[in-house]
Amino acid sequence: MKYLDEYRDPAGCRRLAKEIRTTATRSWTIMEVCGGQTHGLLRHGIDRELDGVVRLIHGPGCPVCVTPLESIDFALDLARRQDVLLTSFGDMLRVPGSRQRLLEGRGETGNVGIVYSPLDAIRLAEEQPDRQIVFFAVGFETTAPATALAVRRAAELGLDNFSLLVAHVCVLPAMETLAANPNSSVQGFLAAGHVCTVTGHACYEEFVSRFRLPVVVTGFEPIDLLAGILQCVEQLERGEASVANCYGRSVRTDGNTHAVELMGEVYEVCDRPWRGFGVVPGGGLKLRPKYASFDATERFDFNSLPIVEPKECRSGEVLSGQIKPTDCECFGTRCTPESPMGAPMVSTEGACSAYYQYGAAESTALTEGAKS
Amino acid sequence: MMVTEQPTESLAYSAPDRGQGKQITLAHGEGGRLMRRLISEEIVAALGNRYLASLGDAAVLPSIQGPLCFSTDSFVVTPLFFPGGDIGSLSVYGTVNDLAVAGARPRWISLGLILEEGLPIQTLRRVLASVAEAAERADVQVVTGDTKVVPRGAADGLFINTTGIGEQAAPVPPGPTSLKVGDELLVSGPIGRHGIAVLAARDELDFDPAPTSDSAPLVGAVAALRDAGIPLRAVRDATRGGVAAVLHEWAEASRLTLSVDEADLPVTPEVRGACELLGLDPLHVANEGTMVVAVPAGASSRALDVLRSVPQATGAARIGHVRERTLAGVVVRRALGREHPLDEPLGAPLPRIC
Repeated sequence: MKYLDEYRDPAGCRRLAKEIRTTATRSWTIMEVCGGQTHGLLRHGIDRELDGVVRLIHGPGCPVCVTPLESIDFALDLARRQDVLLTSFGDMLRVPGSRQRLLEGRGETGNVGIVYSPLDAIRLAEEQPDRQIVFFAVGFETTAPATALAVRRAAELGLDNFSLLVAHVCVLPAMETLAANPNSSVQGFLAAGHVCTVTGHACYEEFVSRFRLPVVVTGFEPIDLLAGILQCVEQLERGEASVANCYGRSVRTDGNTHAVELMGEVYEVCDRPWRGFGVVPGGGLKLRPKYASFDATERFDFNSLPIVEPKECRSGEVLSGQIKPTDCECFGTRCTPESPMGAPMVSTEGACSAYYQYGAAESTALTEGAKS
Repeated sequence: MMVTEQPTESLAYSAPDRGQGKQITLAHGEGGRLMRRLISEEIVAALGNRYLASLGDAAVLPSIQGPLCFSTDSFVVTPLFFPGGDIGSLSVYGTVNDLAVAGARPRWISLGLILEEGLPIQTLRRVLASVAEAAERADVQVVTGDTKVVPRGAADGLFINTTGIGEQAAPVPPGPTSLKVGDELLVSGPIGRHGIAVLAARDELDFDPAPTSDSAPLVGAVAALRDAGIPLRAVRDATRGGVAAVLHEWAEASRLTLSVDEADLPVTPEVRGACELLGLDPLHVANEGTMVVAVPAGASSRALDVLRSVPQATGAARIGHVRERTLAGVVVRRALGREHPLDEPLGAPLPRIC
């Protein structure tokens, strides 16, 4: 299949892996920012292939995982109202709030719907004028342009039964938080290919000159991932730090300027709490005052109850790259995709889920077995 | 039977449907003239055979030799019509295939219809025509049935239950507890087609070309293996949960490890493209006319020759083998040669597909 097979060619992958091994004179620590990359690395065994040469740390790039519990609780609260249909992407429905998941909320009230595009939610609002349609807007810069388009469309149509619960997050500020942490061991970043398709990569120049860490825009197929890692290792070996684009078939220097303009028209940057991180300065998007009438937090009351994160869950440390999922005592035992304690085990992009799916639970189970 | 508040025959069969034709009303399920007309003019007319035409409370069937196989299944698929099939043909093949993979020749099925008030009669006609065609193709007769009507909103257009009887034909595959190290694993055709076809149709995903369901009878393929004397360990149609669910069941029953090679899995470009886009694994996606077959070591090439000679199984392939138990019951070798445990499907990505 075009655009897939050539990026999964086993011989090409082996060549690149060999080149990385011969290029590296020591072990380098690299963070892949996006959860989609984490899954690609584990699915194809690239982490094990490069064992001893490159230590891969999994970054916070799973928007579902970093959505604060309070937002999910708000969404659940909305779904309990008889006059509301809460809509979102399928993945969001499985993430636990502090007391329940949206999926269970759907079972209770039927007021939760999966859509593939925010514009589907606009269509629902047109079809059901007596019902309030709320779209739970999650995601990085990859999904924000589409939700911005939905808001602009709702404004054009004069829809007064459509609103957005905005939990959009921005990648670069989170990378800055990570890089500025004195305890960080990250020596280079694989930037998220799909986010960069929208934002471009010129925006990383300042980051690179400030932190002196290589940033390589990287895709998701094995050849993409290995090429990105090789580029990063080459820079590190030369003692250089620059922005490089290894996902040229999708990413241009300035990105998708139309999408960026649309985002800028509808949203403004704000500080936002990230689950597991705390407040990330500039780490979120909120609706501009011009579009505030489409803000679900303005339209509906919400009395948030105190949030209790499960104490044993170490997803914050996983999301910030401080530990691997397998370092968590609950991994694969008390925390599994069937009964997850934290979001990274639930979302298909989450690091814990990736480790579980691709076999790390096996080795944990083995260790557990050996202990008992 | 549902108790209803407004059994008004006068509104019934001739009720206008905003110019789109006649509809099912609650009166069609209430035992009176309308129900009798519905049964005789629509159902018996479409499916007629001497057992059904007698309209007795029970069909009296001839005695058959050997053990009976008996199976039931309910069908609640949305949408009712999808590329490659519909709820009518699906309800026949679903039960017929369960009998076939159990080593039976399907003979008779029942047809239980739960109709939602307001269902266009024309829709029911299309479904019944499809049931009739599927029954003929699978060589079974619909010999008894039941019809209920529920108020608007209490069902999703139309639900069907079918129950089937077949006669067991020797030799019967002994089942997954008989699996041995070295056994070979086959599938009868490209995997994941039904789940993706229904998902795409339900959510209007507009794939081009539209993926089509594999919905079809497996009777001929199982019979061909039996008639050719192919030794069979286990046969199973890979419906909900896909091939992965079958492999997990067999691994648990046999206490062995089933190993599959991703590169050997037959997957159509349409299914592959959709799975890539939606983040699904074809191994986890449902089929409705594709089975997994385990044969002893060395029997796979003959089994494949036989399968490929049957129209429903021309795309049959060897996908893996059975080996000594390791920690994981099912493993898959991905494209780059690394082996991973294959997770059991949790069921969430495809909420309701058959």
